[in-house]
Amino acid sequence: MPEALRRIVIENSDVISKNWLDEITEKRESDYTSSISDSLYHTTNQEFINVIFASINRRGDTGEMDDFAERLINLGWPLSYITDGLQTFRRVTIDFILSQSDQVDTEEFSRILSIVEDWVEPIINQLVNQYSGSWEHTVSLQRMALQELSAPLIPVMDNITVMPLIGTIDTERAKLIMENLLEGVMKHNSEVVLIDITGVPVVDTMVAHHIIQAAEAVRLIGATCILVGIRPEIAQTIVNLGIDLGKFPTKSSLRKGFKTALKLTNREIVDLENSKDEDITKIIDSLK
Amino acid sequence: MITKSSVQINKEWDIVGARQMGRELAKDLGFGTVDQARIATAISELARNIYLYAKKGKIAYETVEKMNQKGLKIIASDQGPGINDLSKVMEDGFSTSGGLGAGLPGVKRLMDYFDVVSEPGKGTTITTIKWVR
Repeated sequence: MPEALRRIVIENSDVISKNWLDEITEKRESDYTSSISDSLYHTTNQEFINVIFASINRRGDTGEMDDFAERLINLGWPLSYITDGLQTFRRVTIDFILSQSDQVDTEEFSRILSIVEDWVEPIINQLVNQYSGSWEHTVSLQRMALQELSAPLIPVMDNITVMPLIGTIDTERAKLIMENLLEGVMKHNSEVVLIDITGVPVVDTMVAHHIIQAAEAVRLIGATCILVGIRPEIAQTIVNLGIDLGKFPTKSSLRKGFKTALKLTNREIVDLENSKDEDITKIIDSLK
Repeated sequence: MITKSSVQINKEWDIVGARQMGRELAKDLGFGTVDQARIATAISELARNIYLYAKKGKIAYETVEKMNQKGLKIIASDQGPGINDLSKVMEDGFSTSGGLGAGLPGVKRLMDYFDVVSEPGKGTTITTIKWVR
C-alpha cells in the first residue's frame, strides 16, 4: 500500500507540483516574503518542491534537503515559509490521492493520512532542527561576544586603571567584573581603580550591592576604588533606595575621578604652554 | 484611557525586558528622566524579588488617571512563598538573601503609592503608582 501510493504520487508529481505552486503563490499576498523578488520566490518554490519529491523518492535520504535548508537559512528566509510549504504539500497530496480513488472509507482515509504524514514529518523535523540549531549557534556566539565585552580593565597610567561598565549587570557579569577587577589590580600593580558606570542604565540594589562588594574587595588588596559616571538621576534613585555608598569616593565624571586618582598617587596634570608663560613672566619680574 | 500590558518574569533577563517596557511607557506618559529612572529602578527591584523568591511571576502595567493627573500603575504578582513578616521586610537593611535589604522600602520611597498584599504559601501582589508631575 505505501509503495503503491508512493508510485502514484511520484508519477503524478507534475500535477501535485502545479497545485502546490498555485496554492503557495496565492498564499503569498498576505505574507512575510512580500519583500522578496518574484523571480527568486518562484525559483525557490520550484527548488523546494523538487527537494520534497526527491526526499519522498529516496525514502527519507535528504542530503539535498540539507543543502537547500542551509541556503535558506543563509538568505534569512523565515522558518514559517518551510512549515507552511510542507503543510500545504501535505494537504495538496492528500487531496490529490483522494480525488484519484473511487471509493474511500474511513479506514482507508486514515491510512492515506498516516502514510503521507510519514513522508512529510521527517522533512519537517529535519528542517526545524536545522533552523533551531543555527539559532542556538548564533545565540551562543553572541553570548561569547558579550562576555568578551563584559568587563574590560584598561591601564591608563602607572598605578591607575579604568573599568568602564556598559549595559545591564546580571549575576553572571557581576562575578566576572569582580574577578577581572581583582586580577587586573594585581597584574597592573594599580593603586587606584576607576569604575565608570556612565553606561549602566539602571542601578538597583543588586547592582549597587555588587559594586560595593567589588570596591570592598579592592580595598582589601590595598588599592582604592573610585566610582565615577554617576548621572544625576542615578544619584537620586540611589538616595531614594537608601543605599550607602559612603565607604569609597564617588565622582560625577571620569575626568574628575581621574584628577582625584592623580592626586592620590601624588601627581598632577601640567599645562606646558601656560607653565612656559609663567616662567617667562617670572624671569621678567625678576629683571625688574 | 487605560492601557494594560504585562511582562512575564521567568529568568534573570526578563527583568531587563520588564524595566525597559516600564521605561518606554513612562516616557510616553510624559515622565521626566529622573522619574523614568525611578520607575525603571522600582520595576527592577520588584522583578528581581519575583525572580529571587518566587522564581516566576508577572509585572503588569496600567495607565491611571485622577483629577487631571496621569500616572503609571505597576502591579507585581507571583504565586511564590509569600512574605512572613510584612513589617520586617519594610525595614531598611532586612534581607533573607544576603542583599542590601533596601529593595521594598526603597521602592516605597521611589514611588508615590505602595501597597503589599501577601499570604504565606500563596503568593504576593505589590501595587505601586507614580503620578506625572
